[in-house]
Amino acid sequence: MSKKLLIPLAVFVVLCAFLLVGLWRDPREVPSPLIGKPAPAFTLAQLHEPAKTLGPADLKGQVWLLNVWASWCVSCREEHPLLVELGKSKVVPIVGLNYKDESAAGKRWLAQNGDPYNVSVIDRDGRVGIDWGVYGVPETFVVDKVGTIRYKQIGPITAEALEKKILPLIRELQKS
Amino acid sequence: MKRLAFVLLVAVIALSPLMLFAADAVPTEKDAVAASRAVKLSEKLRCLVCQNQTIADSNAELAQDLRRQIHEQIAAGRSDDEIVDYMVARYGDFVLYQPPVKPTTFLLWAGPALLLLFGFAVLARTLSTRRTQGEAPSLTAEEHERAARLLAGNNGTERS
Repeated sequence: MSKKLLIPLAVFVVLCAFLLVGLWRDPREVPSPLIGKPAPAFTLAQLHEPAKTLGPADLKGQVWLLNVWASWCVSCREEHPLLVELGKSKVVPIVGLNYKDESAAGKRWLAQNGDPYNVSVIDRDGRVGIDWGVYGVPETFVVDKVGTIRYKQIGPITAEALEKKILPLIRELQKS
Repeated sequence: MKRLAFVLLVAVIALSPLMLFAADAVPTEKDAVAASRAVKLSEKLRCLVCQNQTIADSNAELAQDLRRQIHEQIAAGRSDDEIVDYMVARYGDFVLYQPPVKPTTFLLWAGPALLLLFGFAVLARTLSTRRTQGEAPSLTAEEHERAARLLAGNNGTERS
């Protein structure tokens, strides 16, 4: 076969490789520009004690998770058992952002499914969600000791993501 | 007199819908400018939930929230660029329907032009090689003669 014919073949193979990689990528996962940036500030009322507030400033000095959830969110149920387990292990404080939800429904949902959160805060109209670049529920952020966002899980946490990415990252951040 | 009162009553009832409208705020010129700015901005921004729609087209909750943000920020006196920067800071370049020109998007912007140039280069090369090969090979006198015979209807081997 002549060399000239190999060129289109090579181009075709490269194109196929790109398309094949593209098949396995989820277009819904939009990389967050907030990774490596300071966690956006908020002061929100707590779900169980609305008189009290909480914000990222209160959590400085420790590694923590922000999990965006809602009682109306179907795929939150998928990750919830993992979160409950993680909450029990007390490896890392988990803050729940109760996103665009009715407080009563949210509390009922936690009573039924278990409450993995140290604290849940109320984002009734989703404004804090916008500041954090949330575009779907659930989403989970890992925030380090100085308050920088280090990782964002889009969609439900899977056992694999937890074991391979989130927990190792938390351990590493806790050491520093 | 009774009849006049009746006519007046009918007139009042007939005009009452107009009074209802009069109660609405008439949009001022400033509002109209703000509204058209909001529409233009929301047509530039992608809804991240239904990714092939702008937030102007989409009825997803997030799109509604982002439209509300745009309205509020316009009312607060922010410029269009500031509002776009606000969205990009939260959702990344993906939120823009028209991606910005920067090193990572160079191939995206220049790719089609480069492909076109490549195509022209291939075309030019093909044409120039064809031109050099395309000249009819010259024939010897004998071959000329045989060709003439063939064209005249003889098969060229002269059997007769």
